Amino acid sequence: MAQPIPVGRLALIAAVVGIGAAAFAYTAGWLSPHRITPDKLVDAIAPPSGPALGHRRNHAKGICFTGVFEANGAGSEISRARVFARGEYPVVGRFNLASPDPQAPDGAVPVRGIGIRIATPDGQEWRSAMIDAPFFPVSTPQEFYGLLTAQQSADPNVIKTFVAAHPTVAAFLGWLRGAQWTSSYAEDRFNSINSFVFVAASGKEQVVRWSLKPMAQPVFLSADERAKRGRNFLEQDITQRVRSAPQRWSLVVTLANPQDPTADPTKAWPDDRRTIDAGTLVARQIEAEPNAPCRDINFDPTVLPNGIQTSDDPFPAARSAAYSVSFNRRTAEADSYPRTQSGVKP
Amino acid sequence: MSERRASFTGPQRLLHWLMAACILAMLFIGVGMVSTVTPKYLTLVSIHKPLGIIILLLALIRLALRVRYGAPPLPAGMPEPMKLAAHLSHYAFYAFMIVMPLLGWGMLSAAAYPVVLIGSWRLPAILPHSDRLHTWLWDAHHYLAFAFFALILLHVAAALFHALIRRDGVFETMVPHPMPDDAVPDLEERHV
Repeated sequence: MAQPIPVGRLALIAAVVGIGAAAFAYTAGWLSPHRITPDKLVDAIAPPSGPALGHRRNHAKGICFTGVFEANGAGSEISRARVFARGEYPVVGRFNLASPDPQAPDGAVPVRGIGIRIATPDGQEWRSAMIDAPFFPVSTPQEFYGLLTAQQSADPNVIKTFVAAHPTVAAFLGWLRGAQWTSSYAEDRFNSINSFVFVAASGKEQVVRWSLKPMAQPVFLSADERAKRGRNFLEQDITQRVRSAPQRWSLVVTLANPQDPTADPTKAWPDDRRTIDAGTLVARQIEAEPNAPCRDINFDPTVLPNGIQTSDDPFPAARSAAYSVSFNRRTAEADSYPRTQSGVKP
Repeated sequence: MSERRASFTGPQRLLHWLMAACILAMLFIGVGMVSTVTPKYLTLVSIHKPLGIIILLLALIRLALRVRYGAPPLPAGMPEPMKLAAHLSHYAFYAFMIVMPLLGWGMLSAAAYPVVLIGSWRLPAILPHSDRLHTWLWDAHHYLAFAFFALILLHVAAALFHALIRRDGVFETMVPHPMPDDAVPDLEERHV
């Protein structure tokens, strides 16, 4: 004899499973098409022709170096990280151009960058990716996504409207127009842009930004001079310089005053803020990217030693999320990366 | 080696519910963190890593308890395909609970990320730095997470099916109850 089907109870089971699945889908962002995901952010960086497979999704063109960070001990006043204790710590780094095009001519990309990884004997690492701009064009990752999508729009009014609505972008464009282009990565000053928190041995916290100040005297190139240089002139220059002598930058840490804007990278702090010269970055050897150690390192700015933390600046989290996507994609496309690329030979 | 019991032992039941909470949190944190660029990303990642290691340790303890104490027998009246599905699902759960954290740990190792648990506590790399390995492990970790969640939904549906429709006592074997194990009569005797 057939029993009646317990419709109510079956419906209850279906409801429990359905609610579970819906909650999961919501958390994954599948029900929120407007959520800015790391994937969307990375997609928005790609040029209209699509990304260069196997390469970093931004700062795609670069050259590796190895060297050391010579800490002079001064940084220990405000951070307990081992990297500030007097000593020499190995560095893997990468000079790069802020462009998604790995073939971009060196004289055509206005913003340059550096990625470094400093390892200390306690097993900790400090990774940082800096650029030579003194401040950022937008205040939040959401605005950055807006800027990227506005730039990609076929309608030229979209970017005009965006710039008009975001004075910080106009300020950045003003800096770009007035910026002097140096003749060498060794002459560039690289800035953390984002703020971080240093934690002293006492537990005291101090918001900071940092810069690598070049020891080489800058030589500035006019637009005409840049146009005459070869498309890899920066890579050739740094290779030759480092071959003849190690190249150096001071690591200068700038301490925020209590009222300084720490969450907004469009706002540079006044020049009179206290600084600490914590040591010297020394580039000792240049290696072309294809088979050098920097190629497969993600210079995630949130890989920090004990003694450095993220601040209320929202960018490092967004950068970490996006860099991870970029890393996952390019490592999965490793077969597309031209390992035997002809280029600068160290 | 296991005795026949009417229900899972107290420690087994405790671990089941504790791990259920941990694993559900882990899967939601996982899909949540990879879909956001807000500062929550860093918070979620910093929970995901140590929680994964906690789940791995609990899973190993749980596996030892399972080997030692076994599981209560399924009701005699249960159809064979259902019994088979129940047994296979248990194997799958143990495999997920142990393999998923190892895949995560391995994938961070293969990407040369430091595996930070809390503060200065970190784990060593268990695999060499390798693009190919990283891609393989990342894909496995990613897709198996969805399979794991699907298995959990199936498990919840099956548990409720036992509790509400079949009412065959299977659900009760895992329900937290204060009765000490000794007080539970041996199932074989009860059926005599």
